[in-house]
Amino acid sequence: MDDDKRLEAFQAKIDREEKIEPRDWMPEDYRKHLIRQISQHAHSEVVGMQPEGNYITRAPSLRAKVVLLAKIQDEAGHGLYLYSAAETLGITRDELLEQLHGGKAKYSSIFNYPTLNWADIGAVGWLVDGAAIVNQVSLQRTSYGPYSRGMVRICKEESFHQRQGYEIMADMAKGTPEQKAMAQDALNRLWWPSLMMFGPHDADSPRSGNALKWKIKRETNDELRQKFIDKTVQQAEVIGLTIPDPDLKWNEETGHYDSGEINWEEFYNVVKGNGPCNNQRLTHHKRAHDEGAWVREAANAYAKKQLEKSKVA
Amino acid sequence: MEVKDALIQYCLRLGDDAMIMGHRLSELCSNGPILEEDIAMTNISLDLFGQTRIIYTYAAELEGKGRSEDDLAYLRPEHEFQCALLTEQPNGHFGNTMARQMIFSVFYYHLFKELSKSPDESLAAFAAKSLKETTYHMRHACEWVVRLGDGTEESKWKIQDALNDIWSYHHELFEKDEVDEKLIDMGIITDTATIADDFYASVNEVIERATLGTPAGGWKATGGRSGRHSEYLGHILSVFQSLPRAYPDAKW
Ligand SMILES: [Fe+2]
Ligand SMILES: [Fe+2]
Repeated sequence: MDDDKRLEAFQAKIDREEKIEPRDWMPEDYRKHLIRQISQHAHSEVVGMQPEGNYITRAPSLRAKVVLLAKIQDEAGHGLYLYSAAETLGITRDELLEQLHGGKAKYSSIFNYPTLNWADIGAVGWLVDGAAIVNQVSLQRTSYGPYSRGMVRICKEESFHQRQGYEIMADMAKGTPEQKAMAQDALNRLWWPSLMMFGPHDADSPRSGNALKWKIKRETNDELRQKFIDKTVQQAEVIGLTIPDPDLKWNEETGHYDSGEINWEEFYNVVKGNGPCNNQRLTHHKRAHDEGAWVREAANAYAKKQLEKSKVA
Repeated sequence: MEVKDALIQYCLRLGDDAMIMGHRLSELCSNGPILEEDIAMTNISLDLFGQTRIIYTYAAELEGKGRSEDDLAYLRPEHEFQCALLTEQPNGHFGNTMARQMIFSVFYYHLFKELSKSPDESLAAFAAKSLKETTYHMRHACEWVVRLGDGTEESKWKIQDALNDIWSYHHELFEKDEVDEKLIDMGIITDTATIADDFYASVNEVIERATLGTPAGGWKATGGRSGRHSEYLGHILSVFQSLPRAYPDAKW
């Protein structure tokens, strides 16, 4: 079969809503797009452990500590799961990490913002996991089988995280004046970066064309962002916190909230590496990786010796 | 000393060991040599905090003064903690962490086996649950000691050094004072002397498989059970307790 026919069959399969599996033929660009997207997703889960881990040792109750530890453990598990999904596309985890360390692979910019008070842990769960869910629910229907199945599994845990984060925010919002101030401060700092998680406006999103045609993406950035805004604004109202957007208002006609313009200069600045924690996060990840090199080498050497022993025996 | 008071103190020691050990492991989040180990460390930490909550709750119940698990964790000063100095020691490199974890888990594996037979039902149930978790922690740490010992030249000397360094801290786990004597007399707990052989046998078996040398004796750390700690504990608590101490009126 020549490539044109293959491409036609591939597109037909996608149009029939059948999943593409690792052994199936796929266009090189489809493979590349998926590797980029899945690895970015995996790296986000892993780098995201840093801002949340920042408060593990200071969690204000044993229950809160256990909940946070369990959440971070889930995120690490998501990372592992997604690295495996990426590996089905013919790339190794080592290569993926090299791309991360070399700055070639990205992770979600939200994790380049610091966590500065305990309410940030609530806000991360509520807003960041909340935004991730909107995206990931949509991705459950993505055309690549291993990615789609990964999303189904991950989504269940993410909605748990979102609820737990919201619970922290709600408790703090009805707590002492200091706690309420912390909650509002966290929302003020993390609201806009959360909206940025959905990426540029559709009109400025160069790669969306193929991704939508191949059903890697099922909804556009702006559609997803709007869904997130609509569900979150009401949640903020319920617990008495104010979304830091003076232009936010309900639009009867569209049935959606209108909102103010995102600071795109900040967005592109952080993507380029100039956010408050870009350097810190990447340096941390590299350091941990480098410091662990002797451990990985030892494990490999040991495994090799065991293999040789079993051959002799 | 009343039996009840002895039991309260004993439970606090179990809880303090679990909490401070759990804290040390929680510091390692996002610092593992591989992602799988990040998950393992978090998991062990999670188990230890789970154990902490159960045994603190029981201690508070026995005490009957209306204190909660969080009061015990967050509002006691340094000298009221009775954890073994072993648990306070810094994580160091991965080999230091694993050597420390092996000693801790092997000891508690054998202890929990005995405590799960205690006539005190709450203590026995706690020990039985913790035994399952500790069995996994022990295997995990022991396998890593073997891998590092029989891995590369570098990993061998690193884990040997780590073992030698931490060895001074294992004696304290076997110490007995009036709290232990009382509970041994009443048949509520087992004398740690009866698990010493098993402990050394388990550790030696790992050391042998790891092709390592037996760590030498020398200095023996002590003091934790009477509230005299290493300098590290104060720093741990200043971080651990910071929020409830800064905002005493807040509920979290
Ligand atoms: Fe996740
Ligand atoms: Fe999550």
